[in-house]
Amino acid sequence: MPRPGFVLDVDRSTPPMLFWRGENFSLEKLPADRTRVIYPPEPLPGIDDVDGAIRNALLNPLDMDPLPALLTPGMKLTICFDDASLSLPKMRRPDTRQRIIEAVLELAAEAGVDDVHLIAALGLHRRMHDYELRHVLGDRIFDAFHPRGLLYQHDAEDYDNLSVIGETDEGEVVEISKRVAESDLVVYANINQVAMDGGWKSITTGVASYRCLSYHHNPATLQNTRSLMDRHHSALHHSLWRMGEVLREHGPKIFTVETTLNTDTFPSPFDFLAKREWEWTAKDRATFLATQKSLDRVPVKMRRKIMHSIESPYRMTGVHAGFTPTVHEKTLENVYAQHLVDVEGQTDILTMGIPYICPYNPEGIMNPILVMCMGLGYLFNMYRGKPLVREGGVIIMTHPTYRDFHSVHHPSYIDFFEEVLPDTTDPAVMSEKWEAKYAEDEWYRHLYRTGNAYHGVHPFYAWYWGAHGQQHAGRVIIVGGDAPTVRRLGFTPASTMNDALEIAADVVGRSASITHLHVPSVLVADVK
Amino acid sequence: MIAESLAGKRIAITGATGFVGTALVERLLRSVPDCQLVLLVRDGQRTPAARRTQREILKNDAFDRLRAEFGDEFDTAVAGRVTTIAGDVTIDGLGLSDDDREIFRTCDTIIHSAAAVSFDSPLPSAVEINLLGPTRLAELCHELGTTPHLVAVSTCYVAGNRRGKAPEELVSEGPFDIGLDWRSEVASARRLKGDTDAESRSEKNLLRFRKEARRELGAAGAPALAAKTEQLRNRWVKAELVQAGRSRAASLGWPDAYAYTKALGEQALTEIKGDVPVSIVRPSIIESAWAEPKPGWIRGFRMAEPVIISYARGLLKEFPGVPEGTVDVIPVDLVVAAIIGVAAAGPERAPAITQVASGGINPLRYRTMVDFVSSWFTRNPLYDSDGQPIIVPTWDFPGRGRVQKQLTRATRALSTAEKALHALPLRGKQAEFAATLENRRIELDAALEYVELYGLYTECEAIYQVDNLLALWDSLDAADQEAFCFDPRVVDWDHYVNEVHLPSIVQHARVKSTPGKHTPIDRPARLRKQVLDPKRHVAAFDLENTLIASNVVESYSWLATRRLDTPDRVRYVLRTLLEAPGLLRIDRQDRTDFLRHFYRRYENAPVEQIEHDAREMMTQLIITKSFPAGLRRVREHRAAGHRTILITGALSFNVEGLRPLFDEIFAAEMSVKPDGTYTGEMPVVPPTGEARAQLLADYCAAEGLSLDECVAYADSSSDVPLFEAVGFPVAVNPETRLAAIARKRGWLVEHWSKASGSPQPILPIGELLSDRERVVVVPGTTTTGGRR
Repeated sequence: MPRPGFVLDVDRSTPPMLFWRGENFSLEKLPADRTRVIYPPEPLPGIDDVDGAIRNALLNPLDMDPLPALLTPGMKLTICFDDASLSLPKMRRPDTRQRIIEAVLELAAEAGVDDVHLIAALGLHRRMHDYELRHVLGDRIFDAFHPRGLLYQHDAEDYDNLSVIGETDEGEVVEISKRVAESDLVVYANINQVAMDGGWKSITTGVASYRCLSYHHNPATLQNTRSLMDRHHSALHHSLWRMGEVLREHGPKIFTVETTLNTDTFPSPFDFLAKREWEWTAKDRATFLATQKSLDRVPVKMRRKIMHSIESPYRMTGVHAGFTPTVHEKTLENVYAQHLVDVEGQTDILTMGIPYICPYNPEGIMNPILVMCMGLGYLFNMYRGKPLVREGGVIIMTHPTYRDFHSVHHPSYIDFFEEVLPDTTDPAVMSEKWEAKYAEDEWYRHLYRTGNAYHGVHPFYAWYWGAHGQQHAGRVIIVGGDAPTVRRLGFTPASTMNDALEIAADVVGRSASITHLHVPSVLVADVK
Repeated sequence: MIAESLAGKRIAITGATGFVGTALVERLLRSVPDCQLVLLVRDGQRTPAARRTQREILKNDAFDRLRAEFGDEFDTAVAGRVTTIAGDVTIDGLGLSDDDREIFRTCDTIIHSAAAVSFDSPLPSAVEINLLGPTRLAELCHELGTTPHLVAVSTCYVAGNRRGKAPEELVSEGPFDIGLDWRSEVASARRLKGDTDAESRSEKNLLRFRKEARRELGAAGAPALAAKTEQLRNRWVKAELVQAGRSRAASLGWPDAYAYTKALGEQALTEIKGDVPVSIVRPSIIESAWAEPKPGWIRGFRMAEPVIISYARGLLKEFPGVPEGTVDVIPVDLVVAAIIGVAAAGPERAPAITQVASGGINPLRYRTMVDFVSSWFTRNPLYDSDGQPIIVPTWDFPGRGRVQKQLTRATRALSTAEKALHALPLRGKQAEFAATLENRRIELDAALEYVELYGLYTECEAIYQVDNLLALWDSLDAADQEAFCFDPRVVDWDHYVNEVHLPSIVQHARVKSTPGKHTPIDRPARLRKQVLDPKRHVAAFDLENTLIASNVVESYSWLATRRLDTPDRVRYVLRTLLEAPGLLRIDRQDRTDFLRHFYRRYENAPVEQIEHDAREMMTQLIITKSFPAGLRRVREHRAAGHRTILITGALSFNVEGLRPLFDEIFAAEMSVKPDGTYTGEMPVVPPTGEARAQLLADYCAAEGLSLDECVAYADSSSDVPLFEAVGFPVAVNPETRLAAIARKRGWLVEHWSKASGSPQPILPIGELLSDRERVVVVPGTTTTGGRR
């Protein structure tokens, strides 16, 4: 039986804590008697017969007829699936999406459905490379659909192939892929790695138009999203659910398949990552040292390559299919079962290590804007109830924060960093002053539509993702980052954890309480 | 009374745009209220003489005092007293118009201060101006039948390199005369000019200039190369003639061509003058004003100033000179007063020769001056660009030979390094380093030049007698002595050097004299603003190394290997590496030839496949290797309403993906065979080198746009013709040669780089198409990792 997550009070005998530092790690000694460390629960056991479970879910869906009953010859069937931003890191083949889609295709074939399209639900993310599609779907599906043009990627700027479904009470226009809108049945194959994902969000962002996305991807909404991991207190999710209602009434029939993963994230050489520091064996310590030192010695590009080549041995903990909201409630139960940790009260200082990857740089570079997005957008939001850090408190992150960018994936990020950030770091101001210019830029649009670039507006969204955290924190400090780059983000650079704690003392005093969010792996703090 | 005796006189002045001339005009206007001035000024290349008087004389700050006195009346008052006539002392008859001849005829006094004062003028022009100039004035008087008082300004240094007293007499009449015939000197100087010009056109020399031009410009195309070659030839001729002047002067015992031609000029004038009364005034080294029109007034950057400033900037570590020798310096206002004094004395009373010098009666020792200068700059240091004070070096008065040897050695080392750097394929910042090196060499060259030119002056131990000057001084009444002080004894050197001269030249030299980090007017930012001004019409971009760090060879390799398996790829890479030196050689000689030769490889390539693969290449190679700042600039131009144009030697299908950025793409086109494969041939000349300039000119003409409002971005010296054609050239990541050219011409230079951290394939080869399973490789963990 895996142990639940727990909160450790640091005393003198507590060993140094593991922090991510981008493509590497460090061990930091945290002050005794005023620090607590939140450990995630251990990975839940996975389902042994994954294919059987999937089939079972398809045949026994929630609040909907079994899938075979929905499949009729001559119908239009569209299967949408999550893009490369899930899972992180990518899972070992076969990917869950491949298993779901193969099962669905089998049933469709049995039912004589031959008009089937597969759409990668990218939203405004970059188009996936062919090898990524192969990884997600498997060679069999790829080779069968891709050459015939039946497997393709969603294009939020292709207004000829987008159609309006309707409008919410609040005037939000729901506009999605025309093929999806016109399908007799849409099956969505999802991976729910964190509580933010899934539900109505899948369709209303994944195959929506830029226009449709801009109703909820904006500073006002995201500042009122308390938190991204708690959909009942998230303005973003409220908007998505309103759109979901419109879809339910006026849209195509949607059969959602949601799956949850456990947190068995890193393969064997990285075992130590999932262990609690005082339980490290001599071998763990040796592996840690060897890994850290060798990573230190190779060039950063090589380090990235090594890290991005990691494939996770995730195991599926649950699969549910049927009517979207019903399915999603079950999914959330599963997700929370794996992620929730009870925490008493807020803290003055929150520390966290920022890893090499976030949802917006699979196979790419964690550029400075994504460091902000990962820290203040994702990790800060890993709470339910109240934020882990009190309002006006300090957030300390560790990351090298190089001024590095992936020119193919993140062209507009480069310009955002050079043009927008020197002007303002305030989400509201940049949204007013700059967003339209980037969103409507012809060149970015060209690169998004034909290359492998994120949409021109995406750096703004990544930045807005952190808007709540940015507003909440009194100061943000990055340990070990490139100082000018960190300053441009509006944060304070520090060279060591001790320096950072000294700097934090100016804001929250000398005896401030400290909480360390121990990642990996993922946890959601249920702050009472 | 000086003012009275010149009252109502009409005084002609030559050389009024010069240092002494300007001060003289000012002084006469201010202190001799009733005289008329006729200024003989050369027509400029674009500005007529009268305009030059306004701009170059009356606008000078020497007139600030007079302007303040006159107020709004200044222009009318001056116009009533000053007449400008266009003329040139290097032309017989001075090239005067009939009207101007009439004006000249009415002059009572002529003050001749026009001279080629530069110590390194080419011999023939020094001869025309300094030697023949005064005689032409005298001859014109003969022609016009007038006998005005001709006051000719010469120099003390006509006495040549001698030790001891130099009296106020003609050299040709002194004991050291060697019986030179000035006419034969003139003839040989003129002949030399023709001979040198002829020699510069010899096959050997022309080949050398051409080679040099090619080295400097690279494959810039025939017209640019021709212009450069001709420029180099002219430069060579000038350098030869300068050297000839220096050698001839040295062989006859003069420090330089200036003193030599001036000495012969005095001799010639004396011989030619006839019944024109002539008075010669010989100043020594003229420096900033002691008191009039204001202390420290100076015009131009003269002899001692560059030396002093170079010293203060720490560039001139040594300077030769005899410490106990005198530096014969005389403030300009004393010289001007003496000239006016001589003119006022008239032909009857004025001495034939008057020396205005300090050495004989109020000497400034070389050591004293060096001490003054060094302690002044220790108290008031100049600052380097980091805002740090520059410590001035200590001079230990070495011999000239030693200093020269040191400097020559340093210069030679630097030129070698520079040449070596030029030969390397450097770009951007490294190329800038080469340019820095060039600057350093230019500074050293200048230092060497100073030592060669002025060293003799600090070593000169002649003592210029001023008996005539003092006699004239004594004949003045107290009021004149007050108003026209030319007594060298009034100068207190300590005060003069420390309080007057050095502050003035530091101010004039525009050097950094305040501490703190340099905050210059950001020139690149200003140029950038100009470039992006909505008034511009067109922004033309080169592709390779301007917008992307890639080239046609890489694109080809990527496409060629895309569908190969690993062993074939290895073979391809090896073969290409073997061919590389040959390809590079062709490319250096002629870009077009290179492209023609290289593109043959596309023969028989299927069009459809290439077009398909080129789309993939866009992401994998072109965008990966792009300069984000460059692409941003293209879009900034678009946003500013400019047309954007891509001009590239790359093949059109390779740049198709960039189309959304540009209104127009000029690329190399390849013809297609009926079977749908490429021919490997280009029916039209690809846009490279000078063809780009023509292309852009044609485009602008067709579209009704102005080339002057075009901005061009490119990276190579072969684009110089394009740069010269447009109004706003921008050198991007320039290679060494272009960096040097851009720096000289003040072009905007941009350093654009790939996004840091971008994937950098070592070889321009596409990813293998077959699927690869990725394995976790963490160095150092495979042995300790345990489970596999």
